[in-house]
Amino acid sequence: MAIDYIYPDYEIVRNYDRCINCRVCERQCANEAHEYIESSNKMVSDDSKCVNCHRCVSLCPTRALKIVKSDHTFKTNANWEGKSIKEIYKQAESGGVLLSSMGNPENYPVYFDKILINASQVTNPSIDPLREPMETRVYLGAKPSKIERDENSRIKRNLPPHVMLSMPVMFSAMSYGSLSYNAHESLARASAELGILYNTGEGGLHENLYKYGKNTIVQVASGRFGVHKKYLSSAAAIEIKMGQGAKPGIGGHLPGKKIVGDISRTRMIPEGTDAISPAPHHDIYSIEDLRQLVYSLKEATRYTKPVIVKIAAVHNVSAIASGIARSGADIIAIDGFRGGTGAAPTRIRDHVGIPIELALASVDKRLRDEGIRDNVSIVVGGSIRSSADIVKAIALGADCVYIGTAALIALGCHLCRSCHSGKCNWGIATQREDLVKRLNPNIGYKRLVNLMTAWQHEIMEMMGGMGINSIESLKGNRLMLRGVGLNEKELEILGIKHAGE
Amino acid sequence: MKRVYVNENWCLGCHLCEYYCAFASTNEKDMARALKGIKISPRIRVEEMDGISFAVSCRHCNEPLCVKGCITGALTRVDGIIMIDKDKCISCYTCVLCCPYGAVSPSEDGAVLKCELCIKTYSRTPMCVKGCPNEAIVFEERGE
Amino acid sequence: MKYVIIGNSAAAVGAVEAIRKNDKEGRIVIVSNENYHVYSRPLISYLLLGKTNEEKMKYRNDDFYRENRCELKLNKTAQRLDIKQKQVIFEDGDAESYDKLLIATGSSPFIPPVQGLDKVKSMYTFTTLDDAKALDNALSENSKVLIVGAGLIGLKCAEGISKKKVEISCIDLSYKVLSSILDDEGSEIIKRHLQDNKIRLYLKRHIIEFKENIAMLDDGTEIPFDVLVMAVGVRPNISLVKDAGGRTNRGIIIDERCQTSIPDVYAAGDCCESMDISSGEAKVMALLPNAYMQGECAGMNMSGLDFVFDKAIPMNAIGLFGKHIITAGTYSGDVYFETDGKNYKKLFYSDNKLNGFILIGDVAKAGIYTALIREKTPLDTLNFELICKTPGLMAFSKRARGEMLGGIKSEAVSS
Repeated sequence: MAIDYIYPDYEIVRNYDRCINCRVCERQCANEAHEYIESSNKMVSDDSKCVNCHRCVSLCPTRALKIVKSDHTFKTNANWEGKSIKEIYKQAESGGVLLSSMGNPENYPVYFDKILINASQVTNPSIDPLREPMETRVYLGAKPSKIERDENSRIKRNLPPHVMLSMPVMFSAMSYGSLSYNAHESLARASAELGILYNTGEGGLHENLYKYGKNTIVQVASGRFGVHKKYLSSAAAIEIKMGQGAKPGIGGHLPGKKIVGDISRTRMIPEGTDAISPAPHHDIYSIEDLRQLVYSLKEATRYTKPVIVKIAAVHNVSAIASGIARSGADIIAIDGFRGGTGAAPTRIRDHVGIPIELALASVDKRLRDEGIRDNVSIVVGGSIRSSADIVKAIALGADCVYIGTAALIALGCHLCRSCHSGKCNWGIATQREDLVKRLNPNIGYKRLVNLMTAWQHEIMEMMGGMGINSIESLKGNRLMLRGVGLNEKELEILGIKHAGE
Repeated sequence: MKRVYVNENWCLGCHLCEYYCAFASTNEKDMARALKGIKISPRIRVEEMDGISFAVSCRHCNEPLCVKGCITGALTRVDGIIMIDKDKCISCYTCVLCCPYGAVSPSEDGAVLKCELCIKTYSRTPMCVKGCPNEAIVFEERGE
Repeated sequence: MKYVIIGNSAAAVGAVEAIRKNDKEGRIVIVSNENYHVYSRPLISYLLLGKTNEEKMKYRNDDFYRENRCELKLNKTAQRLDIKQKQVIFEDGDAESYDKLLIATGSSPFIPPVQGLDKVKSMYTFTTLDDAKALDNALSENSKVLIVGAGLIGLKCAEGISKKKVEISCIDLSYKVLSSILDDEGSEIIKRHLQDNKIRLYLKRHIIEFKENIAMLDDGTEIPFDVLVMAVGVRPNISLVKDAGGRTNRGIIIDERCQTSIPDVYAAGDCCESMDISSGEAKVMALLPNAYMQGECAGMNMSGLDFVFDKAIPMNAIGLFGKHIITAGTYSGDVYFETDGKNYKKLFYSDNKLNGFILIGDVAKAGIYTALIREKTPLDTLNFELICKTPGLMAFSKRARGEMLGGIKSEAVSS
C-alpha cells in the first residue's frame, strides 16, 4: 500500500461514559466514519473519513460525541503551513486539480466587519419599529428617468416590470442538482410565505415547483439547461448568469452520474450525460451580444418580467456593470469572492475575484457618476452573514441582497465544504435518496422563514436606531456608515468616513 | 384526540425514537445514565428494508382488538388511550395475537410492551415524537 | 328496557359495556351461578402458579357493576326459559322477566364415562375458580397428579401446578399434544418441551378402567395417582335455549348479530356456535376474545343498534413453561414453513388469502397474520414472500401503510 501522507484534520472524540451504543452516528454518517464493533460491544470511529459536518454530533442523543481539530502538526513554518504541504501531498498523489465547495474560507479582510452603523442621538430622533411604521418592502427593476404625460396631461404608465419583495433579501441561485429537491422545495415555500424570491440556478425548475412561480427567479446560464418557454414565463424574473463569485471565469460541471431521473428531465438532457456549463456564453462576447440575449428573453416573455444579469465581482467590475446597465437589463446582481458553490477548483475559489463590499461601492458610485443608476437595481451576494451585513450593503448602495450560504446554514448546513462529494449528511447538497429525505421541507421552510423574519426585525431595529423608516431612505446612505481600521484608499473606494470623523 | 402519526417519507431509520421511548420509561433525567449498558425494550419499533423505514407504535384504535381480547382486563381504553396495567398482565400474548399492527410486543418483563403515549411519564409530548429529528413522527389531532 | 344476562364472564361484560354505550337508563340484571365478582377464567392456572392472585384476576375493577348500574345476582342458577312470558325461571323458584335476554352460560367440563371413575375420590375439573381452589387444596408435596387430556385446559393445569413439587402425568387419546390447535411437527416441539419440563406424557392412550387410585391404560400400563384432573374437553351449556325450543347444535346457534332463533334472546361466548370465517364452517370457538366480541355484538343489538360481528376465527395464544404458541384460523391450503428447531412457523394459504398459522417460540407481531385472516386480505396486494418471513407493515403497499400509520393526510400539501 502506498504511503498515506495525509493525517486527518479532525478527530472524533467519543465520551464512552455517555455512549449508549444506539448507533445513530453510524446510521447517519454517509462517510461511514463510525462503526459498531459487535464483539466488544463498542462504537469506534475512523477520523480519516470524518468531514466534520456534525451530523453525528447533532443527532447523538447523549451528547457523547464532539469533533476537535487535530493537534497533530508539521514543524512550525510561517511560510509553509500544514495546509500548503497537505495540498501538495494530495496533488502529488492524484495529479488533479483540487476541488472544494462553499465559499472562500481564507483569511482575507471582511470589510463588513470593518464598517460600523450609525444611530440617532438627541437630534433626528430614532424610531421604535414596534410602534411606528417601518417599511422593509423593496421593488427591483429599472426606474423611469422622468415622468411623462399624455395629451390629456395624465401620467403615462411607463414603469418597466418590477418585482416586489417584502424585505431586501432573495435566495441566490442554487440549482436543483447541486441542491436536493427537498432543499429546493424549502426555498420555494419559504419564499412564497415570506413574499420574496428564490432562484433556480442553472438546473431548470422541477415541475412540482411551478406553483411557486411568482416567487421564482429562473436562471439562464451558459449551458442553457432546462430553459424553455414555460420555464421563462412561469417566473417572476429571469436571471442571465454570466459569472459566479466562487469561481469567476469558470464554467460548471455536474457529472453524468448525478444526471438521473427528475434531474435529467428538469435539465432537459439525457440521463448519464455530463452537464457542462461553458465558462463563457458562447453567444456573448460583448455588451451588444448580452443585450441581444436580454431582449430575446424579454421578447419571449412579452416584456412582463425584469431581467437580471449576474456577474462575479472582479477587478474592473464597475466598468462591466456600467455596460450591463446600458444593455437593457433591469437588475445587476454582483457576486463577491466569498460566494458559495457546490464545487469549484480550490485555487479559483480562494484566489480569484474581489470582496463584494468594494465591488458594490464602486459599481454604485460609477453608475451614479454616469447618471444611469436608476437604469438598474443592484443586488449583491457573496457572503451576507447577518442582518447587519444587509444594512451595511444597502447603505453602500445595494437595493437588495442575495443570500445562499446563510440559507443553507438555516437548513442545517455545517459548512463542512464537502458538497462536491455528493454525500451531504444534511440532505442539502446531495441526490442520494436516503440522504435527501433527511431534509424535511416542512421543517426546512419554517427555519428559513424564521431566519428571515428574525433578520427583518433586526433590520427594522437598526433602521429605527438611525431614524430611518424605509429601505429606500437607507439605500446608498453612506453617511450612516463609518470604517474602522481601514486605510485611506479603502475608505475612498467604500465612500465612507472613518469612525470618529 | 391527539395521536402519534408516522410518515415514512421522512423517517431516516435512525432509531432515535426507540431510544427516546426507552428513556421515557426510565424516568431518569439523563439518557446516558438511563440507558448505558442496557438492551432497550422500546414500545415503538422501526421497520426498515431497502431504504424504506418507519416506526410502528400503538395506534390507540377506537375499536381496540387488544382490549377486547385481553383475557385479564389489563388492557383498558381510558380517554382514548390504551393503557396497560402491568400488574394484571400475565403475558399470555393474546394481545400480540390480536393487534393488526404488531404494535404490542412480547417482553421478558412479565408484561407486554405497548405505547401509552407517555402518559405515565413526565413528558407531555410522547418522547418518540420529541426525539424524532425529522418530524417523521408527529403528535397531532386529526379529527377522526 | 330491561336486560337480563345469564352468565358473568367475558361475554356478559362485553354485553354490558356495549349496552351502556347506547342505553344509560335501562335495567341490567346479571345472574351468575358462581359467587364471584367477574373474573377471568383462563387465569386459574396462573393463580396456581402464583403469577396472579384473586384480586388481580378480576376481569373488571370492583366498581364495574356500580359504574354500569348492573344488578348482580350471584349463586343463582337458571333452570328454564318461559319465552311466552319472557321470563327466566331459576332453580330456587324465582323468576326474572326480561325485554332482552342474553345467554352467556359458557361451557362445562365433559366427564367421559370410564369404568371405576365413580370410585375415584379425588377427581377434579379445571375450568372455574372453585375448581382451581379445590385442586390446590387437594395437592400436597409429592402428590402424583394424573391429568386426562393434553389439550389447552389439561396442559395449562399441568403448568399451573408444576411449581408445587408434584409429579405430573398427562394422558391423551390423540397421538399429539394440543391436538386441536397444533399440527404434527408443532406438537412434537411442544411435546419435547413438556417432557423437558418433567411432564410424563402418555399419548395415543386411553384409560380402560380406574382401580381406586390407579389408572389402567389400554396398553396395560398402570398409572398410580393421588389426584385426578379430568380435562378432556368442555360442552357448551345449551340447555336453556334447547329446552325452550331454540335451535342448537353442539352449541347454541346464533346469527351474525348474536341472535338465537328465539325472539329477543341472544347468546354469546363459549355456549354458542358461530361462523368461523377462516373455514366457512359453524363452530364452537371457545375463546375469550370471541366471547367478549360476541357479547359486545349482542349488547349492541339488544340496545337497539344494528351491529354485526362476522369476523370470528379460532385463535389461541398460550404459553407453556416459557414457550409461547400463537395460532389462528384453519390449517388448510398451501404451506409456508420455517423452523430452526426452537422457533416454528407455519402459514396456510389458498385462493389468494391466508387461512391460518401456527407460531411457536417467536410470536412477535402475530396479530398481523391474524388480521390477514380476519380481513381476508388479498395476498397479491402485499409482499407475501416478505410477510411470510417477517410479519410487519413493510409488506403492505406504501399507501396502505400511509393509512395505517396516518402519514398520508399530512402529505396533501407537499409532494
